[in-house]
Amino acid sequence: MADTSKNASLAFVRNDMLTEAAAPSGAVGTVAWIRNNLFSNWYNTVLTLLVLYIAYVIIPPVIRFGFIDAVWTGTDRQACSTIAQGGIMPDGWFGACWAYVDAYFNQFIYGRFPDESEWRVNVVFLMFFGGLAPLLIPSVPMKRANIIFVTAIFPVASFVLLTGGNLHYSGFLLPDFLMEPSALRFWTEIVLITLILLAIGVGIARGTDSDPKPTIVAILGFMGAIAVILALFAVDFGLSEVPTDRWGGLLVTLVIAVTGIAASMPIGIALALGRRSNMPIVKLVSVVFIEFWRGVPLITVLFMSSVMLPLFLPEGVHFDKLLRALIGVALFSAAYMAEVIRGGLQAIPKGQYEGAMALGLSFWQMMRMIILPQALTMVIPGIVNTFIGLFKDTTLVLIIGLFDFLGSIQLSFTDPTWASPVQQSTGFAFAAFVYFCFCFGMSRYSAYMERRLDTGHKS
Amino acid sequence: MALQDVSQDVGQPKVAIFNDPKIRGWVYQILLLAVIVYLVVVGVQNMFANLAAQNIASGFGFMGRNAGFAISQSLLPYDQAASSYGKVYMVGLLNTVSIAFIGVILATVFGFVIGIARLSNNFVVRSVATVYVEVFRNIPLLLHIFIWYFGVLRLLPHPRDSADLGLLGLLNNRGWFAPKPIPQELFFLTGAAFVIGIVVMLGISNWSRKRQMETGQQFPVFLTGMGLIFGLPFLVFVFTGLPLIFEYPVAGGFRPKGGMTIIPEFMALLLALSTYTAAFIAEIVRAGILAVDKGQTEASHALGLRNGPTLRLVVIPQAMRVIIPPLTSQYLNLTKNSSLAVAIAYPDLVSVFGGTALNQTGQAVEILGMTMLTYLGISLLTSAFMNWYNARVALVER
Repeated sequence: MADTSKNASLAFVRNDMLTEAAAPSGAVGTVAWIRNNLFSNWYNTVLTLLVLYIAYVIIPPVIRFGFIDAVWTGTDRQACSTIAQGGIMPDGWFGACWAYVDAYFNQFIYGRFPDESEWRVNVVFLMFFGGLAPLLIPSVPMKRANIIFVTAIFPVASFVLLTGGNLHYSGFLLPDFLMEPSALRFWTEIVLITLILLAIGVGIARGTDSDPKPTIVAILGFMGAIAVILALFAVDFGLSEVPTDRWGGLLVTLVIAVTGIAASMPIGIALALGRRSNMPIVKLVSVVFIEFWRGVPLITVLFMSSVMLPLFLPEGVHFDKLLRALIGVALFSAAYMAEVIRGGLQAIPKGQYEGAMALGLSFWQMMRMIILPQALTMVIPGIVNTFIGLFKDTTLVLIIGLFDFLGSIQLSFTDPTWASPVQQSTGFAFAAFVYFCFCFGMSRYSAYMERRLDTGHKS
Repeated sequence: MALQDVSQDVGQPKVAIFNDPKIRGWVYQILLLAVIVYLVVVGVQNMFANLAAQNIASGFGFMGRNAGFAISQSLLPYDQAASSYGKVYMVGLLNTVSIAFIGVILATVFGFVIGIARLSNNFVVRSVATVYVEVFRNIPLLLHIFIWYFGVLRLLPHPRDSADLGLLGLLNNRGWFAPKPIPQELFFLTGAAFVIGIVVMLGISNWSRKRQMETGQQFPVFLTGMGLIFGLPFLVFVFTGLPLIFEYPVAGGFRPKGGMTIIPEFMALLLALSTYTAAFIAEIVRAGILAVDKGQTEASHALGLRNGPTLRLVVIPQAMRVIIPPLTSQYLNLTKNSSLAVAIAYPDLVSVFGGTALNQTGQAVEILGMTMLTYLGISLLTSAFMNWYNARVALVER
């Protein structure tokens, strides 16, 4: 056997490696990337050119309208109309009139909320975003305190701040000949209801041979909380009263969207549980309720709550227009929420239910401590998507005569001070921008949560 | 120590009546039922009291009465002076169905194109599709409608100087004045040829499937089908002497005369609905195609199928299973969203019946009840049809 290592001069095998050569210039760099990605074959080339042409047709005019030709300062319509239209701009000019948006900015945000009270709305916005942001970021500590702030303190405080509080109760349960309508009668009624509930609770506890103490504590706690909230609403904080027909703009949009989603959560949970229940009547009622609301358009629901709902109420009972819309929106979104939550409930493995039952938990304990926390976390993206849908749907209230964000922009078109051909285009562009920022932000959050909750294995 | 055999007769455990889950369940359900019945009874009582106090009639007698208002678009012969509220309902329903039907077709086409574009290897195509989806679905539909209606179609030229689209008629801010097809005597033969083509095509596709199952031989079903469905009527159309003439609109001072008018409300609503829904359908299509396992494509290539047949025979049939259920709900959403027509006064069901007719008669309960039940019916019908289709394409497991 020949030993090749002895006569190295005859080596067939290379002793040292070649240095790495750069990739051929046709395979790297911008040019190659463009060729591979954009012009790899004839139809890709055609597509690229077509799409680039479409972009060329759309994007430069939009930028010219929004920035280059836009008017940023001005006091009235003259700044935003051409000479032929009685203004100062050259003929053929077409650009956004941001000066008009600036002049109307307060109305777009607050509606006709009194100027001197706008700080109250600002405080509510601040509390809302300040309370929500840390709740939505998973790594921020003190979630429990945060949840209490958002679900208990924030709603009460914003109700008082927005309406002015200082409600006057007169009670309505006890007949007039027993007690005159007064705050005293109202509080007596609250005490009586508490006593009746206590009697029922203790009665059931006795009948089932169980300890009545937790029931008593629960009832007292619940009624106590309600009494404290109602008492806070009645305190005179020295805030002037602002009726809801003066609310408007982004305020109304956010009030409807947030109240709608907050009210639809508990109703949705109840409906989802009802739909999965073994009790035939409960199941039937839930299915009919959910399918009915999901089968009709929101606009008919709003018509119904504004035209039909007053007919079903006893004479003399009048609901505020905003409140009626809120009821419609809440019931409508509750049906959608119920389906989202049902998806979460169905995704929980059966072992979780069986494990909870084996531990001897009652139905509500099992739901509260084992099932719902898992199911609700799982469907956070779905809940956020429902919220985005609801946020976009709030625009429909302008059809029944409420002035939400889009509604107050439309309302501003009627003012002759700024009337010009570009006014509508500017207003709609601004509305589109604001809605896009809100919805896009939320959808990014939903996608982030989806990635975070995705454990990488599907059952 | 041996285990003691405890053979006590335990019997049924003694449970307090209220702790028996069955009895408890029934108590809850009866309570729930009682509350619902109570609310309904009180509501109905209040309603009759309120109606009596406001002097509003109840019942469906109004349906036969003369409505007496004009409707800007009607697929049925509608006469302001003589037509009843029942007719108004039918006109509105047909307008809703027509816009929903055309909207669904357009949205599906746009949606599939954009959904596939989002998966393109071409960077420019992919990013433009992504921008389209994000922009269109994050802006409220009502704003879309306003932008199309007030921002685009209102800016079209005045009828006096309408844009001439040549063969397609005239376009101005009062609508699109399209040429109106007027069928002549022998046109029915073309229609008949079309129907015959479809029937023969169905027969051929059945026969070829059977033959392929038995012998493995394939038959160009698609090409033959196209030839039968479109070629045959075309030949008949030519040989019967082109029995279809178009009435072209003529530009006039106030509005063009003749032709077929497509009102701007219809166009705005259709464009808004289809472009908005297309963004959602695109996402569904993308998710459906991504849901097909990569191994399926690889296995198909390993069997020697080229790209086209792989897509057509392997990927798309499996993607459709994922796509169809959410697609159904998008179709339903589009139908329900067509009710936003009321914002720009396109005469759909909600606008003419739930709006104008309601304001004239004041019979809110009957009219809104009918409107809502109609939408509910459409929703249930569509989902029943799509469920049937879904069951057909669903995975048949052993």
